[in-house]
Amino acid sequence: MKARVHVTLKNGVLDPQGKAIEHALTALGFEGVNDVRQGKFIELDLAETDKDAARAAVEKMCKSLLANTVIENYSIDID
Amino acid sequence: MTAFENNIDITEDLIAEHGLSADEYQRVLDIMGRTPTLTELGIFSVMWSEHCSYKSSRLHLKKLPTEAPWVICGPGENAGIIDIGDGQAAIFKMESHNHPSYIEPYQGAATGVGGILRDVFTMGARPVANMNALRFGEPEHPKTRHLLSGVVEGIGGYGNCVGVPTVGGETNFHPSYNGNILVNAMTVGLADADNIFYCAAAGVGNPVVYVGSKTGRDGIHGATMASAEFTEDSEEKRPTVQVGDPFTEKLLIEACLELMQKDAIVAIQDMGAAGLTSSSVEMASKGDVGFELNLNNVPQREEHMTPYEMMLSESQERMLMVLKPGHEGEAEAIFRKWDLDFAVIGEITDTGNLTLTFDGDVVADIPVAPLTDLAPEYDRPWVPSEPKADIKAEDVAAPADLGDALLKMMGSPHLASRKWIWEQYDHMVMGDTIQRPGGDAAMVRVHGTEKGLAISTDCTPRYCYADPVQGGRQAVAETWRNITATGATPLAITNCLNFGNPERPEIMGQFVECLKGMGEACIALDYPVVSGNVSLYNETNGTGIHPTPAIGGVGLIADTSKMTTIAPKAEGEVLVLIGGGQGHLGASLYLDIIESREDGGAPEVDLDKERHYGDFVREQILGSKVSACHDISDGGLLVALTEMSLASSIGFDIDLGDNLPIHAAAFGEDQARYILSVTAAHAEQIVKDAQDENIPASILGKTQGTDLIVKGQMNIPLQQVLDLHRNWMPEYMRAEHSA
Amino acid sequence: MKSAVIVFPASNCDRDMAVALEKITGQAPQMVWHQESELPDVDLVALPGGFSYGDYLRCGAMAARSHIMKAIVDHGNQGKYVFGVCNGFQVLTETGLLPGALMRNRNLKFICKDVTLKVENNDSVFTRQYQHGQLINIPIAHHDGNYFADADTLKRLEDNNQIAVRYVDHNGEATKAANPNGSQHNIAGILNKKGNVLGMMPHPERLIEDALGGTDGRGFFESLMHSLN
Repeated sequence: MKARVHVTLKNGVLDPQGKAIEHALTALGFEGVNDVRQGKFIELDLAETDKDAARAAVEKMCKSLLANTVIENYSIDID
Repeated sequence: MTAFENNIDITEDLIAEHGLSADEYQRVLDIMGRTPTLTELGIFSVMWSEHCSYKSSRLHLKKLPTEAPWVICGPGENAGIIDIGDGQAAIFKMESHNHPSYIEPYQGAATGVGGILRDVFTMGARPVANMNALRFGEPEHPKTRHLLSGVVEGIGGYGNCVGVPTVGGETNFHPSYNGNILVNAMTVGLADADNIFYCAAAGVGNPVVYVGSKTGRDGIHGATMASAEFTEDSEEKRPTVQVGDPFTEKLLIEACLELMQKDAIVAIQDMGAAGLTSSSVEMASKGDVGFELNLNNVPQREEHMTPYEMMLSESQERMLMVLKPGHEGEAEAIFRKWDLDFAVIGEITDTGNLTLTFDGDVVADIPVAPLTDLAPEYDRPWVPSEPKADIKAEDVAAPADLGDALLKMMGSPHLASRKWIWEQYDHMVMGDTIQRPGGDAAMVRVHGTEKGLAISTDCTPRYCYADPVQGGRQAVAETWRNITATGATPLAITNCLNFGNPERPEIMGQFVECLKGMGEACIALDYPVVSGNVSLYNETNGTGIHPTPAIGGVGLIADTSKMTTIAPKAEGEVLVLIGGGQGHLGASLYLDIIESREDGGAPEVDLDKERHYGDFVREQILGSKVSACHDISDGGLLVALTEMSLASSIGFDIDLGDNLPIHAAAFGEDQARYILSVTAAHAEQIVKDAQDENIPASILGKTQGTDLIVKGQMNIPLQQVLDLHRNWMPEYMRAEHSA
Repeated sequence: MKSAVIVFPASNCDRDMAVALEKITGQAPQMVWHQESELPDVDLVALPGGFSYGDYLRCGAMAARSHIMKAIVDHGNQGKYVFGVCNGFQVLTETGLLPGALMRNRNLKFICKDVTLKVENNDSVFTRQYQHGQLINIPIAHHDGNYFADADTLKRLEDNNQIAVRYVDHNGEATKAANPNGSQHNIAGILNKKGNVLGMMPHPERLIEDALGGTDGRGFFESLMHSLN
């Protein structure tokens, strides 16, 4: 079973990398990019076969390591 | 998929794709006595590539002087070794990573640093300093910003993480590098002279051990790529660029150095270009033994890897070792502690062959001796370079205003501050950097002692282009001067010989003549070559780079408290010029920046004078008579004085006299010259002592105030120079994302 | 003063920290491998700079979850002394011993240079040898030193006098130009509320002798020695 975790910076936390990307896109002539936020994508290959159990496990992983909840949010997709 | 590769037809196309000529392939057939398998063809291809075999350069490299009483090990091993007293040795080498850095600047440069670090710690040394020599195209070229930014970040990203300070280097811009940048990285390490490790395998039956990262499909055929000229579609070769993992490298350094404290290793070799192939062949060949490897035991990162791919992979951060029997457990425990792979993949045999098995089949069985001894060696035709017409100072217009000319030069891409670059390198980690970047040479203290190693990388490609013999001499002499200017005694050099396509006689001529000049300088200065690397085919669509034999010099000072920097210590010091000069403006920066001309001959490098004047200067420094010292190179006397002011924030008041036209006196690039800043009490004596030894010496003026004053010619605030000098690169790079 | 320096995979200022501790306190620290679960009997635990776990995932994140950290958190919670420099500071925020987080530098580049710091709190075991408001020069060398905390946390830090050192200009002003990495409130180092844990991005262990360019870093170690001996 695959779990996909997206880790993003919380709103209100300055994202210097996102700002740089936004600036570069504008410089390259891409108009209408209002904001860019950069995050992380983490893919996990799990032995677990039960979806709920997998989600619970990944939730725990996010809280304890994958995301720093002082500055980051996370979301989990399981399939 | 049992050894399906054994059944692949070796067609002419396949041979050509492997970069082997018809003659070379015939030689393969003669050695093998049969058609090679695909894996064998791959092995011959990489071992006989320019990068591994030095087939175009070997004949000429043999002529370089490589010996001195303090040389422990010259070229031929992973790195060169010199004795620095007290049972300690300095181990160092410089290596190019030009082509990969052009294709993917961050990873290309990063893995270049990783590779050169491994060359040094493989021999038992703890790396203590990194340096580099970088050449980019003209600043206006659309790719230059991106390449500069990526290369610097890559060098920093790798070196900072492994915790080895990057203490200096040099950076040039010139249109001849527009399509072929040069990224040359150097590492210096320290070892105990009685605990050095070499690559010659020994002991039939001894285990061959693989450690480090797993093998993936990275950089397959990187070594042959590095030996091929670029065409416009080379950018499609991107997937073959390797990715570096400095974290693993740091662990590998610690694990290897830990194991080296035990009595377990017979031989060790890093897997660099051509990975498992070159390391196993090298070890077997040096030890006159055979290797039998079971490729199923190679730690693999990807599924379904074939023997061909495993042998040619350039995955980074891997080493091959031969252990003493019975030490596998001890070694494995150390590598496991550092979370690294450890696998016994074979053993030493008495067959003299490199025998590879996979899934129970023999997929390659090559006699090692002919593979290395019969590697092609070419005496490529060459023609001497046409000497460039000399330029008289009288024939070059004097600047309307000396101050304006100086400002323009100090704020130009050639002379502007490189702070933007070196602030991205951790140049202080390890706590022994006692001369930070920006001076003549960097200096790192030998940990726990009063000794210091001075390190400098230099080359003036415009001189090499104008006159390869003088340029070759000058590159060596400039590192020697830079080291001398710190008070250290220059001991030996490494080099990175970057040239165009050697199949063109004029390029081969540049190579041969630069080497001639280098060799002459090494002999005259007692400054042998102990390691090095050659990078040819730096050409795009038939246009070659300027000949660029980058030199990395290493010197030793016994008492670092006597070290000098380029910064005068106080106002009122006397500035003394050591060395004479005719105001040579040919191939000078003045000509380039102010007159937009690149013609003229290179300055003559009189090696006897270099030696004589340099030895005198060092004697004054070690006699504690000198407060600061700077050699005169790019941009001439006035630029050197200005650099001293920038370093100290103290201005100067000097008189350049009227023997020469002012621009020749100020910006002429005559060689064998130094500026000493000394207290008034010592000045007269130093001038007299120099003159007694037939060394031209004169008092230029003194350090003073916050303005730069040349009597009757110039009076500008130091701050104005500082702003221009400091701001060029940050302002240039600010436009990185808007290009 | 008894001390320990923790070694994580790819710590790289561990030796520098040990050299500074020994040189100034006269007593060599014990080097403790991250897989240990117990600390030796020491007054001070130092978390050195470096790139623990390659700075992968987040700087300090994986080191903060290593075996030894549980003992270090206990050590800190018992009021004993913990000193984190650079990567060590990042580890301390990841464990929660110190509030906030260290993000990518504002200019996205690694920065290695001397910066001017103002000693804002000289009433801690780490900073007693400095004058209040003293300006000192200490090098930074990091890619992720941009201190972030939410508004409440920042207010608490200010109100409780937990900001130990701040990036300032030559006049002692915490200007934007003097802020090398974009840290909020120009924060270079903070104390926990009790004052027994200090984390800072600048490297005092790099400036402890004139040969290296200055001695302004000695004060931190001298303060500890005088406080703890």
